[in-house]
Amino acid sequence: MFDIDKWQEIFATIKKNKMRTFLTGFSVAWGIFMLMILLGSGNGLSNGVSENFMRDAVNAMWLWSGRTSIPYQGLKEGRDIRFTNADYDVLKDLEGIEYTSGRYYIGGNKFSYGNEYGEYTAITCHPDLREVENIEIVEGRFINQVDINETRKSVVLGKDIYDALFKNKNAIGEYVRVNNIPFKVVGICKEGGGTRHRNAYIPVSTGQKVFNGSNRLHNFALTINATTLEESQAIEQRVRETLARKHKFEASDESAMGSYNKLEDVIQTMKIFQAIKIFIWIIGTGTLIAGVVGVSNIMLIVVKERTKEIGIRKAIGASPSSVIGLVLLESILITTVAGYIGLVMGTGLMELINLVVEKQYEISAATNGGNGETIFRNPTVDLGVAMTATLLLVVAGAIAGYIPAKRAARIKPIEALRDE
Amino acid sequence: MISLKNVHKSYVTGSNSLHVLKGIDLEIQKGEFVSIMGSSGSGKSTLLNILGILDNYDDGAYYLNGSLVKDMSEKKAAQLRNELVGFVFQSFNLISFKNAMENVALPLYYQGVNRKKRNKIALEYLDKVGLLDWAEHLPNEMSGGQKQRVAIARSLISQPKIIFADEPTGALDTTTSYEVMEILKEINAGGITVILVTHEHDIAAMTQKIVRLKDGRIDQIIKNGDLKHFQHQYAKELETA
Repeated sequence: MFDIDKWQEIFATIKKNKMRTFLTGFSVAWGIFMLMILLGSGNGLSNGVSENFMRDAVNAMWLWSGRTSIPYQGLKEGRDIRFTNADYDVLKDLEGIEYTSGRYYIGGNKFSYGNEYGEYTAITCHPDLREVENIEIVEGRFINQVDINETRKSVVLGKDIYDALFKNKNAIGEYVRVNNIPFKVVGICKEGGGTRHRNAYIPVSTGQKVFNGSNRLHNFALTINATTLEESQAIEQRVRETLARKHKFEASDESAMGSYNKLEDVIQTMKIFQAIKIFIWIIGTGTLIAGVVGVSNIMLIVVKERTKEIGIRKAIGASPSSVIGLVLLESILITTVAGYIGLVMGTGLMELINLVVEKQYEISAATNGGNGETIFRNPTVDLGVAMTATLLLVVAGAIAGYIPAKRAARIKPIEALRDE
Repeated sequence: MISLKNVHKSYVTGSNSLHVLKGIDLEIQKGEFVSIMGSSGSGKSTLLNILGILDNYDDGAYYLNGSLVKDMSEKKAAQLRNELVGFVFQSFNLISFKNAMENVALPLYYQGVNRKKRNKIALEYLDKVGLLDWAEHLPNEMSGGQKQRVAIARSLISQPKIIFADEPTGALDTTTSYEVMEILKEINAGGITVILVTHEHDIAAMTQKIVRLKDGRIDQIIKNGDLKHFQHQYAKELETA
């Protein structure tokens, strides 16, 4: 194997048969190259879309109250359902619920600081909202339990609001007027995965107290503790039934209480992606098979073409094993090197695309305040997969070369010599 | 050196069986210069291929250098060919992508001689056949005579005991044919047994012993002294034909 003379003989043969070498190598390199592009694109698409999904917690669930549409236990349809703080307490301790936050809507959200003012949305919330919506704190802190308990007039400003009102000045500890009521800025945040940060967060208890909400809540944001579609649906069902019993409406009445279960969506989308992935794998396998057939074909022809040479070598004293070794090592060498070239070119192209996509992403992120839109990200292929594919082609080439080489090495040299 | 006892060989193609050699008994001593003659289809090339272990035979016994050659593994046969014999073919059988020097050196590769050394030896042998200046040329850049001389140099490099030549002059014109025969004579003079197949009487007449085959059997063995007579008879044959 590590006989220098043997390798010199092989290199000499390769050097003097450039066309043959090129054709063999090309079929392998092309197969690997196409496979890398195919799998890379599939991964890129998958990565891009799942990244878009990860903006809110994937296991988030939202509930909102409405008006009944189905008569229930003698009560007519058309009743308004009103959530209260008591519902929050019930939901919080319900089995399968991780984080809970209630919200009371407040209208006409005019924010002002000094001479600067603007219309933004003030969201009243519990501290858990941070987990549900993946809110990222840029500076300071988020709403905490003490804010809730003491109904403090604290506010966490979205980055865009801060930029508009404070223009890079220090905001923490300053007072911002929301609907002309002063709130103390305790933090600056970005919405998880969002493109704009035009929401401000204030404690729900403060919101109720200051804006005449008494104990009323309009909606809930939750995260649930589920990994499968069935589990998440069961939890959603439990939540609906619990609140339905409490507020006396039919549990299936979507208009009395709306609910959106993100996990359900995510799981369904992931299923589609699973299907796309399988599809890509099928095409990839097809490409690989085409590569295998190509390499095998060329190897068959190459060995056939070399039958006479093999006859000559045998006539002057080459043993069958040395002849087979020569053909096989040459084929393995060519396919390995070519496979590697294909690998590098495929990876290179994917990296190039990645670079362009990232640039685009950055541009869109810059205009959107930190969060770009893309459905194509990080289009790379698992190295193990690429290596396995290359190895498969190398082995296929070797087998395809071995069979005719063995035959040519076995027959009487005179028969090989007669071959033209 | 070579001893054949009742050697039979037939080729089977489909349902047809062609009985080519029908019992050959032949003794060739060390240092002889023998030509095998016969009309086409008489089995002369087949006989040479069997002698050179390029082909096998069906029945009988063949002793080469004292050991029986029969049902030999390809590995063993390759080793014997490498150590004992050299071949010269009508169609030269040089490897087209190797230059003259590399072609000549190839048998030594299979003896495990390193590249530098075998190329040096190859140049010596090319010099012997007068082709030192052509060492770097590929076979397709050379004339038929030059190619055959390269092939002869290749057959000699492993210092064989026997040279087998299958119609070595078959593809050459008369002048180059005679040049090649001169080289073969020199080789023979150096003590190497030379066995060649030819259908040209003038070529055969340059050897010491002629084995005439007819329909797969030995028809006639003509020794050196009888050659004149043979030539005479050949001339008569030509006249009648």
